[in-house]
Amino acid sequence: MAGTIKPRSPEELRQAVEWALNDSQTLDVRGQGSKLALGKPMTCDQVLDLSGISGIVDYAPEELVVTLRAGTPMREVEALLAQRNQMLAFEPPDLGPLLGREAGQGTLVGAVMGNLAGPRRLSAGAARDHLLGFSGVNGRGEAFKSGGKVMKNVTGYDLSKLLAGSWGTLAVLDEVSVKVLPAPDQTRTLVLHGLSDEAAVKAMCAAMGSPHDVSGAAHIKDRTALRLEGVAPSVEARLKGLRDLLSTTGATMGELGTLESRTFWRDVRDVAPLSGAQDAVVWKISCPPTEGPAIVARIKAQRPSIEAFYDWSGGLVWLALPSSADADQAIVRGALGLTGGHATLIRAAESVRASVPVFQPQPAALASLAERVKESFDPKRLFNRGRMG
Amino acid sequence: MPPLDPAILARRSEIVAALRAIVPGEGVIDDLDGMRPYECDALSAYRQMPLVVVLPETVPQVSAILRYCQDNKVKVVPRGAGTSLSGGSMPVGDAILLGLGKFNRVLEIDYANRCARVQPGVTNLGISKAVEHEGFYYAPDPSSQIACSIGGNVAENSGGVHCLKYGLTTNNLLGIEMVLMTGEVVRLGGKHLDSEGYDLLGLMTGSEGLLGVVTEVTVRLLRKPSTARAVLLGFPTEAGAADCVAAVIASGIIPGGMEMMDKDAVKCAEAYVGAGYPMDAEGLLIVELDGPSIEVDYLVERVAEIARERGATTVRVSQDEQERVLFWAGRKAAFPAVGQITPDYMCLDGSVPRGRLVEVLAEMREMSKKHRLRVVNVFHAGDGNLHPLILFDANDPGELHRAEEFGADILRLCVRVGGVLTGEHGVGIEKRDLMGEQFTEIDLDQQMRVKCAFDPDHLLNPGKVFPKLRRCAELGRVVVHQNKLPFPDIPRF
Repeated sequence: MAGTIKPRSPEELRQAVEWALNDSQTLDVRGQGSKLALGKPMTCDQVLDLSGISGIVDYAPEELVVTLRAGTPMREVEALLAQRNQMLAFEPPDLGPLLGREAGQGTLVGAVMGNLAGPRRLSAGAARDHLLGFSGVNGRGEAFKSGGKVMKNVTGYDLSKLLAGSWGTLAVLDEVSVKVLPAPDQTRTLVLHGLSDEAAVKAMCAAMGSPHDVSGAAHIKDRTALRLEGVAPSVEARLKGLRDLLSTTGATMGELGTLESRTFWRDVRDVAPLSGAQDAVVWKISCPPTEGPAIVARIKAQRPSIEAFYDWSGGLVWLALPSSADADQAIVRGALGLTGGHATLIRAAESVRASVPVFQPQPAALASLAERVKESFDPKRLFNRGRMG
Repeated sequence: MPPLDPAILARRSEIVAALRAIVPGEGVIDDLDGMRPYECDALSAYRQMPLVVVLPETVPQVSAILRYCQDNKVKVVPRGAGTSLSGGSMPVGDAILLGLGKFNRVLEIDYANRCARVQPGVTNLGISKAVEHEGFYYAPDPSSQIACSIGGNVAENSGGVHCLKYGLTTNNLLGIEMVLMTGEVVRLGGKHLDSEGYDLLGLMTGSEGLLGVVTEVTVRLLRKPSTARAVLLGFPTEAGAADCVAAVIASGIIPGGMEMMDKDAVKCAEAYVGAGYPMDAEGLLIVELDGPSIEVDYLVERVAEIARERGATTVRVSQDEQERVLFWAGRKAAFPAVGQITPDYMCLDGSVPRGRLVEVLAEMREMSKKHRLRVVNVFHAGDGNLHPLILFDANDPGELHRAEEFGADILRLCVRVGGVLTGEHGVGIEKRDLMGEQFTEIDLDQQMRVKCAFDPDHLLNPGKVFPKLRRCAELGRVVVHQNKLPFPDIPRF
């Protein structure tokens, strides 16, 4: 069993990494460990627990920026923003229940490290688009920073983008500044019933290409949902516009009000439709929206018992398959064909994740470039060794 | 700039011949007259002739050129349309200038997936023009959009007046194809969202041509908002105007654009285009709301109300498209308008937290007295991105020097109040020597190590961004005090 180191300040964090470097100790870097079951299993010498470096550093609603320490729980951040009618526009999912844990855990920095995003990814971007800057420690035990606290900044390389989605393998962050946005007054959802996957994606793409500012487009079983957010008169007018636009589909239409919409989109965000059967393997596929249904059909041809639903107008496919030794990775990744998309194994038994590439394998030139980038931050591979494969 | 390498200069004819073997015909330019148009970019105070200009037409040619440069340790400066305001594509005397102007085709427009695949030499506006008949556009709109290339936009992470609502280049890109110094061609992203590994697309965006040469770009297209209206707001004090900006945002409204001009800028612009700006205003705001018409009408009223509460003496809402364009005409012509009252001006590009705007403006005025040069302010108030214009006469060497000193003082001030050196123009050569104001040596070393992962010999776009180059071998060393470091005093269990 690995020991745990719990620094209480950025300087202690730096010392801990410097010590680890000198003693060749690999570090399992954690906020709350809520996403430990995601990624390749690791065996690190020490756990580096960031929960001791926690709290809001600065929040000025009119600046649309919140600065906080790495260990700050997501719950705390969301509650703070809600008090001022603001939100994290990238809608970070709570993957706890999907991964067999309780809901409401995790840190904001953990979500950033996975570059997570919910249904609003389509219109507002992912965590990567909202991380303005950070400070942290690299694998040389050096404290460094990048970016800043302002909206517009092109000073030096945008290392924030690299760190977002690095699953803790490049540097250990101690503080981040994140862009926030006003929360919408109203949320309503237009629901189309009975469309096939192809027809649904076509309808969603038409809606996304309309001037009606759709901020969520998901298709679950026979329900196709389109979210509209904003001030009341605008939402009302756009809802009517969407109904007119999509009347040609012939689908019966219904609506969800603000409260129902919130629940519905939270479920989409948290992958609730696939959270039930814990023994099923879950994949996440990012693809061009119009390719979604064909990819699912190719997989279904070989594995008829799959469950799938679409978010991001068809560009995000969540897929549950019966468990198997290789998570059917050849079938899933093979189905991508030449679409250029990628598939990530989100939920599978530890032994499966140990033997199957969790993240989409990259072409050789790109893989070796990524390897050199990794080395430029963490030459001794101290952080989360093996997590990304 | 680093001193020229005499060994490279001596090999010039051999290098030209090698390039001719890769790019036949008129694609290699080595005579002085032919190279003259490439001697500078939009930071025209600095000029230098390149070693030779090469204008490839195909990706294999770009790949062969870079591989040749890598194998022969020849430096190379990539260039799009040459509109960089920070010297990002300024030539270097012992480096090949690699122009991508011939990569000017729109390759694919995919409305269903809302994206376009284009070559890097296509202009920013060219993309919007190619899709406008279907009601779509490409959102980032740098003021050079008629001329600047999308490849250059990727290199600089270009912004524009609509960033606050629609993001910068980095938020509107889906993929690129690029060539590495080794000649390897890699694709990042595509028509799908997010990266399968490290977000190298995000890293490339804004890397100022130091990491790779972009040969194809996939951008996100947006549906044009059905309506846009502008509100012109005049305030008796700058503080009142700045206050209004904060209040609009705090009320939950994110305008399509929110621009501020100080009194001198208003005067210049009004004299130049006659936009009908109020001449008594100390601070003028142009707030643009866009979206469905019912929403725009609603928000225009709210903004007008907030402005009145904050003491606005002028509140005018554009009544038709013509008037909206007129409101913007003054703002868009502000730089040339200022050019009418001064022989030369220097345009800066710091970013500050919005809450510090008033104090920054006041301090800038004090500096103006100290440096004995006038400063006019036009800026993207919504995102705190300042564009102070320092007025001077380049024929007076003393004035040029004072303008440079003044500019550096302003950027130091931006950093001091929690802002940054550049919001959208890039570091280039212009702000290179000020990087130490914002970053520590460790910060810069980390960035340089990233550079080393792409370009271990520092051949690509040399002399830009970093004030002091360190060799990659030296940067790569890891210092370990083998087991001499005791465990620090940190809780452990």
